[in-house]
Amino acid sequence: EEAELARKLSAYRGVWVFIEQTEGEAAKVSWELLGKGKELAEARNCELAAVVMGEGVEELCRQAIGYGAQRVFSMDAPVLRHYRTDAYQRGVCALVEKYRPEVILMGATGLGRDLAGVVATELSTGLTADCTGLSIDDKGNLMQTRPAFGGNIMATIICDKFRPQMATVRPHVMPMPPFDAALTGEVVRESVPVTEEEMKVKVLKILMDGGSGSQVDISGADFIISGGRGMMNKENFSMLQELADVLGGVVGASRSAVDAGWMPQDRQVGQTGKTVRPKVYIACGISGAIQHLVGMQDSDVVIAINRDPEAPIFQVASYGIVGDLFQVIPALTRKLKTLKEARSGKRA
Amino acid sequence: MYVVACIKQVPDTTQVQIDPVTNTLVRDGIPFIVNPYDSHALEESLCMKDRYGFKAVALSMGPPNAEATLRKALSLGADRAILLSDRAFGGADTLSTSNVLAAAIRKLAEQDEVGLVFCGKQTIDGDTAQVGPGIAVRLGISQLTLVDRIEHLDFLARKIRVRRKLEGRYEIVEAKLPAMITVVRELNQPRYPTVPMRLKAVQSDVDVWDNGVLRLDTNSIGLKGSPTWVSRIFSPERSQGEIVGDGLKDPSGTARDLVERLLARDLLTV
Ligand SMILES: Cc1cc2nc3c(=O)[nH]c(=O)nc-3n(C[C@H](O)[C@H](O)[C@H](O)COP(=O)(O)OP(=O)(O)OC[C@H]3O[C@@H](n4cnc5c(N)ncnc54)[C@H](O)[C@@H]3O)c2cc1C
Ligand SMILES: Cc1cc2nc3c(=O)[nH]c(=O)nc-3n(C[C@H](O)[C@H](O)[C@H](O)COP(=O)(O)OP(=O)(O)OC[C@H]3O[C@@H](n4cnc5c(N)ncnc54)[C@H](O)[C@@H]3O)c2cc1C
Repeated sequence: EEAELARKLSAYRGVWVFIEQTEGEAAKVSWELLGKGKELAEARNCELAAVVMGEGVEELCRQAIGYGAQRVFSMDAPVLRHYRTDAYQRGVCALVEKYRPEVILMGATGLGRDLAGVVATELSTGLTADCTGLSIDDKGNLMQTRPAFGGNIMATIICDKFRPQMATVRPHVMPMPPFDAALTGEVVRESVPVTEEEMKVKVLKILMDGGSGSQVDISGADFIISGGRGMMNKENFSMLQELADVLGGVVGASRSAVDAGWMPQDRQVGQTGKTVRPKVYIACGISGAIQHLVGMQDSDVVIAINRDPEAPIFQVASYGIVGDLFQVIPALTRKLKTLKEARSGKRA
Repeated sequence: MYVVACIKQVPDTTQVQIDPVTNTLVRDGIPFIVNPYDSHALEESLCMKDRYGFKAVALSMGPPNAEATLRKALSLGADRAILLSDRAFGGADTLSTSNVLAAAIRKLAEQDEVGLVFCGKQTIDGDTAQVGPGIAVRLGISQLTLVDRIEHLDFLARKIRVRRKLEGRYEIVEAKLPAMITVVRELNQPRYPTVPMRLKAVQSDVDVWDNGVLRLDTNSIGLKGSPTWVSRIFSPERSQGEIVGDGLKDPSGTARDLVERLLARDLLTV
């Protein structure tokens, strides 16, 4: 029986990354996954491939190669112009049945989770959600580590009797690989197994989320200065903005601050907000509830400013300041401004 | 016409702990709640009932005590509540969970058409967001995830138009019915039970369907039907950092000390 299983599993080879795109632009997490995928492929001594679907995606195929894909499976057709579950599901499943990869990775984004769930069900295989850690053993079993219970616990999940092994991976967790335009790879063009007539869903419009000065995308920022309930009111957030301006960063918020109407929802960090991984995260008047921590604890450096020395935020902080934020933050902003002036003076 | 809401009973998240000896989740004494997103799924099914006169059915797979969750649905106005409970369903991952839920929906469809299936965006325990898509595939119906607004329902044309909330963008999408919809919090405001409804709920029956009713292949349900399994559970690591200066007595000196540390690590681009 064991030999039979081993034979079944060994029919699957290669690591695949699904390249998510909207209007021709790739989601950054897809490139991050090519970086991780490369590592897994090397450990398995197999090929790293990218799956690119859409309309007019030649450029994306080239980019995927530059980020490390050795082969790109591409489906290019008007029916794939906008992401639609049924069209993409049929496309990916057709590729999997033809080429049988051992591992498929997708971003744990709205789109990635929409697609991964249907593909895994259609293929009757296992899917691990929202991973933050991936490694592979010598039998080719993927150790998929993910937070569950809102980040209170971590679980390592295995899918050792089925292939392909599928995982969605949280954005900003895996480091971005370098882009190298000199890299070469093969683009395999596959025909699209669906027609417009078969589609159950039509995308009528895509609205970019703008308006009310909230276009800032905190998930891409290097410096995030977040405020919580300790900020006391909306006006005090201008103090954080001032600090953010000196640092070249953006202002984020805890859910309490968002619920109070002090900041828009798209600035919320945490389980029901965004996951961020800046170079420096400064938490001001935020207690550090687990739902907040899961969204920011992978930041390179966490600075916590809180007057309560027992606040759980200090447990994830690289640097903690126990004090009144209304004194510490202006002092910090002043220091940085002085430093900046001194430096630009030197340069001038 | 049936509208189905899939609701899961979940532990109150922040209180889950790991037994240091057995390395398993401590579940005893933890209060259970309806998965918060599922309250919005249920609410939407009740809105459909109010507006169009459909029959609202609440569906949950879980242990016998998940009946409490379904009774809550009845007290809010659901016409029927069905608990899918069988030892053979236990230990399920999302593949086998969606198999059981889809089978129950198919069974319901033998009595009357199922036009819409509402699920939560995700649960707060397993957190996977995979069960809804699993149901849609198995039923072969339209899939609309992360819906924050239902713009139009045209019953005669068998079409629904919704708004989906994605990262940094919205999509307006039209789909054929029947459809499986996963909902986000912004979709609606869940109602509270009225006293007469609560009394009625106490007297109403929660149907219990086991695998004798669903007749699924035992290799496709529960632990056996689950390709994934949890090999290890652990608490997230926390690195202990440094408390800088005395922020209470000397805010300005503390700020200076912090800036020095950031400069030493080459973190400042100012
Ligand atoms: C299902 C679920 C999902 C959730 N998702 C999220 C999420 O995505 N993001 C999120 O953030 N939360 C989320 N929460 C909420 C979370 O549990 C907490 O309630 C929330 O993060 C608390 O916000 P806070 O730290 O700003 O407020 P509080 O917990 O009230 O903390 C305020 C802090 O400010 C400090 N403080 C007050 N005044 C000062 C001062 N003058 N100087 C210095 N410090 C001061 C206090 O000591 C305190 O530590 C979620 C909860 C649930 C149940
Ligand atoms: C620590 C841990 C990690 C896990 N990780 C994975 C994993 O990576 N992959 C995997 O396949 N399984 C995983 N599981 C198993 C998974 O949690 C269960 O299969 C669970 O029954 C359904 O998944 P979910 O809670 O994530 O639901 P989700 O897919 O997040 O639920 C979405 C919606 O589906 C509906 N729904 C879900 N479950 C039910 C139910 N029982 N009754 C009625 N409606 C329901 C609800 O409307 C819900 O809002 C994990 C379990 C644990 C304990």
